Amino acid sequence: MKAGLNAFRFSDRPFATGGLREALADPAAGGFASFEGWVRNHNDGLPVTRLEYEAFEALAIKEGERIIAEARQRFPIIAAACVHRVGSLAIGELAVWVGVSAKHRDEAFQACRYIIDEVKHRVPIWKKEHYVNGDSGWVNCERCAAPHERASHEHPPHER
Amino acid sequence: MGARRIRVQYYAVLREQAGKGHEELTTAAATPADLYSELQSRYPFHLGRGQLKVAVNTEFSEWSRPLNEGDVVVFIPPMAGG
Repeated sequence: MKAGLNAFRFSDRPFATGGLREALADPAAGGFASFEGWVRNHNDGLPVTRLEYEAFEALAIKEGERIIAEARQRFPIIAAACVHRVGSLAIGELAVWVGVSAKHRDEAFQACRYIIDEVKHRVPIWKKEHYVNGDSGWVNCERCAAPHERASHEHPPHER
Repeated sequence: MGARRIRVQYYAVLREQAGKGHEELTTAAATPADLYSELQSRYPFHLGRGQLKVAVNTEFSEWSRPLNEGDVVVFIPPMAGG
């Protein structure tokens, strides 16, 4: 794995991906895979006007770095990085970027997929959607809000 | 059990429901589980403990971990990165 900047970072403003991609380049790399998450104009049938991302950054960076270290252990890759936005984002803006360089494409794709999937589930980042009708809601937090549904939805925190 | 001084940081839906981003409080709560119950009686937190994770001093923690003087506790609502 190449040294250099932290592999998992936050950005509080729009960021360019060219330099991130170049930082993963290596003479031994035969492939590069990336994933970009963009802000979509709808979710679950509701039109969305913008998003806000908020993170518990101190823990999020630790967990993000752990995920990238796991990807390195699981797949024979050369380098990987992930940058996630925080703050207010408009439709179409880049919300998260993952890049992986590897000798071959298979491990580049697999590691990229692993990183984005784990980031979504394990890194303390929250997303608030603002809707056309003026409402807003924290994704994954509002529909589980009904107190009478609490008991049936309770489960121990999953260990990884 | 003696009282201890704890810092709690709130994020996302819990920050809005608490009406603040953080606070220092003196509590007899012995564990994060006890502390969350105490806070639920003070704020309109609608998320049950089973829907949350908890971090103590910037690391994921068990709900039954003993709390110590000066600990920083964060209750973590369902995550939604990406």
